[in-house]
Amino acid sequence: MKLPAFDYACPTTLPEAVQLLASREDAKALAGGQSLVPMLAFRLLHPALLVDLRKLADLRGIRIGENGVTLGAMVRWRDIEDDRRLTTAHPLLKAAVAHVAHYQIRNRGTVGGSIAHADPAAEMPGIALTCEAQIAVVGSSGARVIPAAEFFTGALTTALAPDEIIVEVRLPPWPARRRWGFAEFARRRGDFALAAAAVFYDEDARGRAANAHVGVIGVADRPLRLPTVEALLNGEKIDPATIARAETAAAAAVDPPEDIHAGADYRRALAATMVERALKQAAA
Amino acid sequence: MIPKSGYRFSEKIMLQQSQMNMSIRFEVNGRAVEVEVEPRLTLADCLRHALHLTGTHIGCEHGVCGACTVLVDGAAVRSCLMLAVQAEGATVLTVEGLSEDADLTALQKSFRKHHALQCGFCTPGMITTAHALLSEEPDCDAARVREVLSGNLCRCTGYIPIVEAVLEARAAYRKDPA
Repeated sequence: MKLPAFDYACPTTLPEAVQLLASREDAKALAGGQSLVPMLAFRLLHPALLVDLRKLADLRGIRIGENGVTLGAMVRWRDIEDDRRLTTAHPLLKAAVAHVAHYQIRNRGTVGGSIAHADPAAEMPGIALTCEAQIAVVGSSGARVIPAAEFFTGALTTALAPDEIIVEVRLPPWPARRRWGFAEFARRRGDFALAAAAVFYDEDARGRAANAHVGVIGVADRPLRLPTVEALLNGEKIDPATIARAETAAAAAVDPPEDIHAGADYRRALAATMVERALKQAAA
Repeated sequence: MIPKSGYRFSEKIMLQQSQMNMSIRFEVNGRAVEVEVEPRLTLADCLRHALHLTGTHIGCEHGVCGACTVLVDGAAVRSCLMLAVQAEGATVLTVEGLSEDADLTALQKSFRKHHALQCGFCTPGMITTAHALLSEEPDCDAARVREVLSGNLCRCTGYIPIVEAVLEARAAYRKDPA
């Protein structure tokens, strides 16, 4: 339906944006609008003021360096898709982002918007959590950095204060020889995942997995790491037998909700299969 | 007949919610426009109601069906998920602006030839999306066409003729048409 009424401001500097957000109760930051505007259309939100971040050019950059990949909050999916450096600098990010929404939405949707919206089935929060990203935010009480593991606190709920704006998402460095995989199941590509898994590990001199990270989305009220699966992989050769054990462990580690799109058992089986497929990709 | 108190009541509500109207300027189909809009007005409604460009259709109004797709600064976007005020300074292209003369474009003719529409409701969104795709990727394959059009719903055609129409129109977008 038509959107509820709100005031609109389009600041040109970050401090001004923070000030505007703090100036009114129920003020909300508007990034790409691809989640926020549908929420407005469903009348799930009635903000008094929208603070549009589109003129904050500092939030639009993708920086790649020794410290890893830093994505400005206003980086759009399309920017990640088009950035060839990321194919080597962060292939897992690139593979996951290929599953984000449809063509038109990828031209508008942003990294910061997705992280702030925190849909339990969204790819970017899952990647942030799996890769131990640091989320840099700024608010009226100053700047702080929130680890992804502490950021997502529930469905559509985060540690972000109402007057805070996400500035950037910092992904730790990605070793060139790291093994990784990403598998997602959605009924139609671009739709929200029924389940997806992101995995990566490094190999030691004997070809055994170390530093295994396994994350899943769509199976809980927030993205999850699966520590039992990670523990099982570390120190092992990622062969079909190990992958089969990981799949079983993944099924045991998740307790998905039931909804109109999928029953709990189906979602659990899907999540385990996604972990299996992602590990097969990684080991291939 | 609404009692006078009723009017007052609604006026009060209006005042409480009264938002500043904003004057915005942007370019639509090569024409500079200036419109006064409420911040909550979507670009789709602005195009249709303020500018009378009713070729842009509104289906779901929450970013699922793709019927309202227009090009903003060359990129296909859902105009129901963009506020009109966010288009300030932008260049917008709607289905009405694709053809430079009274004739249909090659893409539109291809849709006609392949029966890529029946009721026509999704067609403006299909055409604008395909136009954005072919402008950037005139050599795309059928899989890419399907991927890009996956965000546009059609309840009539079953998509096969749409994909065929887009594939045939590729030649017209190549610098050296084959």
